[in-house]
Amino acid sequence: MRSLEIGDDCLVLAQRLAEWVTYAPTLEEDVALANLSLDLLGQARALLSRVGDEDELAYLREPSAFRNCLLVEQPNGDFAHTVVRHLLYSAFLFELYGGHPEDDVAAKGVKELAYHRDYAALWAVRLGKGTEESHRRMSAALETLWPFTAELFEDEPELRRPWDAYVGRVLAEAALAVPECAQRSGGRKGEHTEHLGALLSELQVLHREHVGARW
Amino acid sequence: MTLWEVFVRPRRGLSHVHAGSLHAEDAQLALRHARDLYTRRQEGVSIWVVPAGEITASSPDEKDAFFDPAGDKPYRHPTFYELPEGVRHL
Repeated sequence: MRSLEIGDDCLVLAQRLAEWVTYAPTLEEDVALANLSLDLLGQARALLSRVGDEDELAYLREPSAFRNCLLVEQPNGDFAHTVVRHLLYSAFLFELYGGHPEDDVAAKGVKELAYHRDYAALWAVRLGKGTEESHRRMSAALETLWPFTAELFEDEPELRRPWDAYVGRVLAEAALAVPECAQRSGGRKGEHTEHLGALLSELQVLHREHVGARW
Repeated sequence: MTLWEVFVRPRRGLSHVHAGSLHAEDAQLALRHARDLYTRRQEGVSIWVVPAGEITASSPDEKDAFFDPAGDKPYRHPTFYELPEGVRHL
């Protein structure tokens, strides 16, 4: 498994989800999103530690040195965007981890990701089939985020088929149509959207201002 | 949103115990919220969620009528038996 790429995916998505803390629609959802974030942060730490010093990697790299896919750095938007992003990404990571039972991070992570995928799918169906407005917001989120899906499979094309099957089933149940749109990529080469810079400046500000700070 | 009461079974062989309550739109989400809120530290092996409105509870006003009459009936306690030697967990 590619520790740097997947470790960066987990770190960036964990940070995105953590942005919801104290802002989520309900207290219950706040804790749920924080739990998802902490699962991913744990995986990020384990994976990045294989590459080098986890703190240096997280806090001292410029955006262009990050190898995460573009999907995970996309802003939270409304709750629909967060649900769609999480469905698309967790379905991918679930398949990836599932193919590496010999890897301890993947073997533990696949159980966590099974829950993430299920959680996102439950919300996708509820919002997709909820009210006119929730359906409209889900469709808009899908339009915005679908262009970042092909990049997931650049290095693991064999995961596309099971991913398509799962995501397709959820979207069908949610009465949502797969949009047709041009695809974007570049994250794995360090060519990121403008959103990553802002995310990292918040993630890294404390460490950069107070080097070696401890609680 | 509906209020749900959460019951968690800490281990196999024990009963579900009331852990707290939460808000959720439906039973499936209530179950997942319960997992996140009440079993974060491996507190459980099984969860029940019950709509709070479905629970019929005794009222504090009925306390005397309900519970006091049992107070002077010690013969209902299994304390008049000799415990056979070697029996544990009784």
